[in-house]
Amino acid sequence: MSERAQLLLPIADDELVLGWRNSEWTGIAPFLEEDVAFSSIAQNEIGHARALYQLVADELGTTADALAFDRSPEEYQCSRFVELLLVPDWARTIARHWLYEQADAQRIELLKASGDPEVAGLAAKIDREEAYHRMHAQMWHERLADEPRYLEALEELRPLVDERGDHTSEFAALWEEMTMVRRSVAGATW
Amino acid sequence: MGAPDRFVRSGVNVYEVFRQERKGQAFQHAGSVAAPDSAFAEAYAREQYGRRGESVALWVVPRDSVLEIDEFVDELQKNYHRVDGYPLKEKLKEARERAGTAAPADR
Repeated sequence: MSERAQLLLPIADDELVLGWRNSEWTGIAPFLEEDVAFSSIAQNEIGHARALYQLVADELGTTADALAFDRSPEEYQCSRFVELLLVPDWARTIARHWLYEQADAQRIELLKASGDPEVAGLAAKIDREEAYHRMHAQMWHERLADEPRYLEALEELRPLVDERGDHTSEFAALWEEMTMVRRSVAGATW
Repeated sequence: MGAPDRFVRSGVNVYEVFRQERKGQAFQHAGSVAAPDSAFAEAYAREQYGRRGESVALWVVPRDSVLEIDEFVDELQKNYHRVDGYPLKEKLKEARERAGTAAPADR
Protein backbone atom coordinates (compact mmCIF):
# COMPACT_ATOMS: atom_id res chain seq x y z
CA MET A 1 0.00 0.00 0.00
CA SER A 2 1.31 3.46 -0.87
CA GLU A 3 2.43 5.98 1.69
CA ARG A 4 -0.59 8.13 0.90
CA ALA A 5 -3.00 5.25 1.49
CA GLN A 6 -1.29 4.38 4.75
CA LEU A 7 -1.59 7.97 5.87
CA LEU A 8 -5.22 8.54 4.85
CA LEU A 9 -6.96 5.25 5.59
CA PRO A 10 -6.86 5.47 9.41
CA ILE A 11 -8.18 9.04 9.18
CA ALA A 12 -10.96 8.06 6.78
CA ASP A 13 -11.88 5.12 9.04
CA ASP A 14 -12.00 7.43 12.08
CA GLU A 15 -14.30 9.84 10.28
CA LEU A 16 -16.59 7.09 8.99
CA VAL A 17 -16.92 5.31 12.32
CA LEU A 18 -17.30 8.49 14.38
CA GLY A 19 -19.86 9.78 11.87
CA TRP A 20 -21.71 6.50 12.28
CA ARG A 21 -21.61 6.68 16.08
CA ASN A 22 -22.75 10.31 16.13
CA SER A 23 -25.59 9.52 13.75
CA GLU A 24 -26.94 7.13 16.40
CA TRP A 25 -28.21 10.27 18.16
CA THR A 26 -30.44 11.23 15.24
CA GLY A 27 -33.99 11.45 16.56
CA ILE A 28 -33.01 11.13 20.23
CA ALA A 29 -30.61 14.05 20.87
CA PRO A 30 -31.43 16.17 23.96
CA PHE A 31 -33.52 18.64 21.95
CA LEU A 32 -34.65 19.27 18.42
CA GLU A 33 -32.17 21.96 17.39
CA GLU A 34 -29.30 19.87 18.72
CA ASP A 35 -30.64 16.83 16.91
CA VAL A 36 -30.41 18.71 13.61
CA ALA A 37 -26.96 20.12 14.39
CA PHE A 38 -25.41 16.89 15.63
CA SER A 39 -26.89 14.86 12.77
CA SER A 40 -25.44 17.36 10.35
CA ILE A 41 -22.01 17.01 11.94
CA ALA A 42 -22.29 13.23 11.67
CA GLN A 43 -23.18 13.60 8.01
CA ASN A 44 -20.20 15.90 7.41
CA GLU A 45 -17.81 13.43 9.03
CA ILE A 46 -19.06 10.69 6.72
CA GLY A 47 -18.65 13.11 3.81
CA HIS A 48 -15.03 13.68 4.83
CA ALA A 49 -14.49 9.92 5.03
CA ARG A 50 -15.93 9.57 1.53
CA ALA A 51 -13.59 12.19 0.07
CA LEU A 52 -10.55 10.63 1.78
CA TYR A 53 -11.52 7.11 0.65
CA GLN A 54 -11.87 8.48 -2.88
CA LEU A 55 -8.26 9.72 -2.92
CA VAL A 56 -7.08 6.32 -1.70
CA ALA A 57 -9.41 4.43 -4.04
CA ASP A 58 -8.10 6.27 -7.13
CA GLU A 59 -4.66 5.05 -6.24
CA LEU A 60 -5.60 1.48 -5.38
CA GLY A 61 -7.91 1.08 -8.38
CA THR A 62 -11.03 0.55 -6.29
CA THR A 63 -13.99 2.69 -5.12
CA ALA A 64 -14.77 4.70 -2.00
CA ASP A 65 -17.77 2.44 -1.26
CA ALA A 66 -15.61 -0.67 -1.51
CA LEU A 67 -13.13 0.78 0.98
CA ALA A 68 -15.89 1.91 3.33
CA PHE A 69 -17.99 -1.26 3.27
CA ASP A 70 -16.22 -4.24 1.72
CA ARG A 71 -13.32 -4.73 4.11
CA SER A 72 -13.30 -7.24 6.94
CA PRO A 73 -13.46 -5.81 10.49
CA GLU A 74 -9.72 -6.44 11.06
CA GLU A 75 -8.83 -4.27 8.09
CA TYR A 76 -10.35 -1.11 9.54
CA GLN A 77 -7.74 1.13 11.14
CA CYS A 78 -9.93 3.45 13.19
CA SER A 79 -9.03 4.22 16.79
CA ARG A 80 -10.75 2.36 19.63
CA PHE A 81 -11.88 5.79 20.82
CA VAL A 82 -14.27 6.41 17.89
CA GLU A 83 -15.67 2.88 18.13
CA LEU A 84 -17.09 3.30 21.65
CA LEU A 85 -20.86 3.06 21.82
CA LEU A 86 -21.85 6.08 23.94
CA VAL A 87 -25.60 6.46 23.32
CA PRO A 88 -27.50 7.34 25.52
CA ASP A 89 -24.76 9.16 27.48
CA TRP A 90 -24.69 12.75 26.24
CA ALA A 91 -21.90 13.89 28.59
CA ARG A 92 -19.51 11.24 27.28
CA THR A 93 -20.64 11.86 23.72
CA ILE A 94 -19.78 15.56 24.01
CA ALA A 95 -16.51 14.72 25.76
CA ARG A 96 -15.51 12.48 22.85
CA HIS A 97 -16.69 15.08 20.34
CA TRP A 98 -14.58 17.81 21.95
CA LEU A 99 -11.47 15.61 22.42
CA TYR A 100 -11.76 14.32 18.87
CA GLU A 101 -12.06 17.81 17.36
CA GLN A 102 -8.97 18.93 19.27
CA ALA A 103 -6.90 15.98 18.03
CA ASP A 104 -8.38 16.15 14.53
CA ALA A 105 -7.47 19.84 14.21
CA GLN A 106 -3.78 18.99 14.67
CA ARG A 107 -4.00 16.15 12.18
CA ILE A 108 -5.68 18.37 9.57
CA GLU A 109 -2.97 21.02 10.01
CA LEU A 110 -0.34 18.38 9.16
CA LEU A 111 -2.30 17.28 6.09
CA LYS A 112 -2.71 20.90 4.95
CA ALA A 113 1.10 21.20 5.02
CA SER A 114 1.51 18.04 2.92
CA GLY A 115 3.69 18.21 -0.20
CA ASP A 116 0.97 16.25 -2.02
CA PRO A 117 -1.31 18.96 -3.48
CA GLU A 118 -4.38 16.69 -3.60
CA VAL A 119 -4.01 15.83 0.07
CA ALA A 120 -3.31 19.42 1.09
CA GLY A 121 -6.24 20.69 -1.01
CA LEU A 122 -8.72 18.22 0.46
CA ALA A 123 -7.46 18.92 3.99
CA ALA A 124 -8.09 22.64 3.48
CA LYS A 125 -11.66 21.93 2.32
CA ILE A 126 -12.31 19.60 5.24
CA ASP A 127 -10.88 22.15 7.66
CA ARG A 128 -13.40 24.79 6.57
CA GLU A 129 -16.23 22.47 7.66
CA GLU A 130 -14.43 21.29 10.75
CA ALA A 131 -14.26 24.89 11.92
CA TYR A 132 -18.02 24.66 12.61
CA HIS A 133 -17.64 21.31 14.33
CA ARG A 134 -14.98 22.84 16.58
CA MET A 135 -17.26 25.80 17.30
CA HIS A 136 -20.07 23.41 18.20
CA ALA A 137 -17.80 21.25 20.39
CA GLN A 138 -16.36 24.31 22.10
CA MET A 139 -19.72 25.84 23.01
CA TRP A 140 -20.81 22.56 24.60
CA HIS A 141 -17.46 22.23 26.33
CA GLU A 142 -17.91 25.65 27.90
CA ARG A 143 -21.56 25.01 28.71
CA LEU A 144 -20.74 21.78 30.57
CA ALA A 145 -17.49 23.04 32.14
CA ASP A 146 -18.95 22.84 35.68
CA GLU A 147 -20.82 19.60 35.21
CA PRO A 148 -19.15 16.75 37.15
CA ARG A 149 -20.41 14.05 34.77
CA TYR A 150 -18.79 15.87 31.87
CA LEU A 151 -15.47 16.37 33.68
CA GLU A 152 -15.40 12.68 34.61
CA ALA A 153 -16.10 11.75 31.01
CA LEU A 154 -13.19 13.93 29.83
CA GLU A 155 -10.85 12.25 32.34
CA GLU A 156 -12.03 8.82 31.31
CA LEU A 157 -11.78 9.35 27.56
CA ARG A 158 -8.73 11.60 27.21
CA PRO A 159 -6.15 8.76 27.40
CA LEU A 160 -7.98 6.80 24.67
CA VAL A 161 -7.91 9.43 21.93
CA ASP A 162 -5.40 7.84 19.60
CA GLU A 163 -5.46 4.30 20.90
CA ARG A 164 -5.19 1.93 17.95
CA GLY A 165 -4.70 -1.78 17.50
CA ASP A 166 -7.34 -4.36 18.40
CA HIS A 167 -10.91 -3.29 17.99
CA THR A 168 -13.24 -2.73 20.94
CA SER A 169 -15.84 -5.39 21.67
CA GLU A 170 -18.60 -3.11 20.32
CA PHE A 171 -17.00 -2.70 16.88
CA ALA A 172 -18.26 -6.06 15.60
CA ALA A 173 -21.91 -5.01 15.94
CA LEU A 174 -21.23 -1.63 14.31
CA TRP A 175 -19.50 -3.32 11.35
CA GLU A 176 -22.38 -5.83 11.02
CA GLU A 177 -24.93 -3.04 10.76
CA MET A 178 -22.83 -0.66 8.68
CA THR A 179 -21.96 -3.19 5.98
CA MET A 180 -25.27 -5.06 5.99
CA VAL A 181 -26.69 -3.52 2.81
CA ARG A 182 -23.53 -4.07 0.79
CA ARG A 183 -23.24 -7.64 1.98
CA SER A 184 -26.87 -8.49 1.26
CA VAL A 185 -27.01 -6.82 -2.18
CA ALA A 186 -23.71 -7.38 -3.96
CA GLY A 187 -22.48 -4.23 -5.71
CA ALA A 188 -25.29 -2.07 -4.29
CA THR A 189 -24.83 1.64 -4.98
CA TRP A 190 -26.78 4.70 -3.90
CA MET B 1 -43.92 34.02 15.61
CA GLY B 2 -42.25 30.60 15.61
CA ALA B 3 -42.56 28.08 18.43
CA PRO B 4 -45.39 28.68 20.90
CA ASP B 5 -44.19 29.58 24.41
CA ARG B 6 -45.55 26.39 25.95
CA PHE B 7 -42.85 24.38 24.12
CA VAL B 8 -40.05 26.43 25.56
CA ARG B 9 -38.11 24.57 28.25
CA SER B 10 -36.60 26.25 31.26
CA GLY B 11 -33.14 27.69 30.71
CA VAL B 12 -33.82 27.93 27.01
CA ASN B 13 -34.61 31.09 25.10
CA VAL B 14 -36.29 31.55 21.78
CA TYR B 15 -34.39 33.40 19.07
CA GLU B 16 -36.16 34.65 15.98
CA VAL B 17 -34.19 34.14 12.78
CA PHE B 18 -34.40 36.40 9.75
CA ARG B 19 -32.65 35.52 6.53
CA GLN B 20 -31.45 37.47 3.56
CA GLU B 21 -31.51 35.50 0.36
CA ARG B 22 -29.38 37.83 -1.76
CA LYS B 23 -27.28 40.87 -0.99
CA GLY B 24 -29.38 44.02 -0.98
CA GLN B 25 -32.68 42.21 -0.40
CA ALA B 26 -34.84 42.71 2.66
CA PHE B 27 -34.43 40.24 5.51
CA GLN B 28 -37.44 38.00 5.97
CA HIS B 29 -38.56 36.05 8.99
CA ALA B 30 -37.39 32.45 8.52
CA GLY B 31 -38.43 30.81 11.79
CA SER B 32 -37.09 30.45 15.27
CA VAL B 33 -34.61 28.36 17.25
CA ALA B 34 -34.61 27.49 20.94
CA ALA B 35 -31.17 27.80 22.50
CA PRO B 36 -29.63 28.31 25.95
CA ASP B 37 -27.51 31.29 24.84
CA SER B 38 -26.49 33.29 21.80
CA ALA B 39 -23.55 31.01 20.92
CA PHE B 40 -25.92 28.04 20.64
CA ALA B 41 -28.46 30.20 18.82
CA GLU B 42 -25.81 31.11 16.24
CA ALA B 43 -24.83 27.49 15.70
CA TYR B 44 -28.43 26.33 15.36
CA ALA B 45 -29.42 29.22 13.10
CA ARG B 46 -26.47 28.48 10.78
CA GLU B 47 -27.44 24.84 10.72
CA GLN B 48 -31.12 25.35 10.02
CA TYR B 49 -31.18 28.45 7.86
CA GLY B 50 -27.76 28.80 6.26
CA ARG B 51 -26.29 25.42 5.49
CA ARG B 52 -27.80 24.90 2.05
CA GLY B 53 -26.69 28.16 0.51
CA GLU B 54 -30.20 29.57 1.02
CA SER B 55 -29.00 32.71 2.84
CA VAL B 56 -26.22 35.25 2.49
CA ALA B 57 -26.84 36.68 5.96
CA LEU B 58 -28.94 35.99 9.06
CA TRP B 59 -30.26 38.16 11.85
CA VAL B 60 -30.67 36.19 15.07
CA VAL B 61 -32.69 38.13 17.63
CA PRO B 62 -33.82 37.13 21.13
CA ARG B 63 -37.61 37.06 21.00
CA ASP B 64 -37.72 39.26 24.12
CA SER B 65 -35.98 42.00 22.13
CA VAL B 66 -38.71 42.12 19.52
CA LEU B 67 -41.20 44.88 20.22
CA GLU B 68 -44.50 43.52 19.03
CA ILE B 69 -47.36 45.87 18.21
CA ASP B 70 -50.68 44.33 17.36
CA GLU B 71 -53.31 46.95 18.23
CA PHE B 72 -54.19 49.68 15.81
CA VAL B 73 -56.91 51.95 17.16
CA ASP B 74 -59.17 53.57 14.57
CA GLU B 75 -62.20 54.63 16.67
CA LEU B 76 -63.36 57.30 14.25
CA GLN B 77 -63.04 55.15 11.13
CA LYS B 78 -60.63 57.57 9.51
CA ASN B 79 -60.58 55.64 6.29
CA TYR B 80 -59.06 58.61 4.46
CA HIS B 81 -55.78 57.42 6.03
CA ARG B 82 -56.06 54.24 4.08
CA VAL B 83 -55.28 53.61 0.47
CA ASP B 84 -57.80 50.83 -0.28
CA GLY B 85 -59.66 51.42 -3.50
CA TYR B 86 -57.26 54.12 -4.58
CA PRO B 87 -56.03 53.04 -8.04
CA LEU B 88 -52.45 54.23 -8.14
CA LYS B 89 -51.25 52.04 -10.97
CA GLU B 90 -52.96 53.92 -13.82
CA LYS B 91 -52.04 57.35 -12.48
CA LEU B 92 -48.44 56.27 -12.06
CA LYS B 93 -48.36 54.95 -15.62
CA GLU B 94 -49.69 58.21 -17.01
CA ALA B 95 -47.24 60.25 -14.96
CA ARG B 96 -44.35 58.13 -16.21
CA GLU B 97 -45.47 58.55 -19.81
CA ARG B 98 -45.61 62.32 -19.35
CA ALA B 99 -42.16 62.32 -17.79
CA GLY B 100 -40.81 59.91 -20.38
CA THR B 101 -39.35 57.53 -17.80
CA ALA B 102 -39.74 53.75 -17.66
CA ALA B 103 -40.85 51.75 -14.62
CA PRO B 104 -37.95 50.36 -12.56
CA ALA B 105 -37.08 46.99 -14.11
CA ASP B 106 -36.87 44.92 -10.95
CA ARG B 107 -40.30 45.63 -9.54
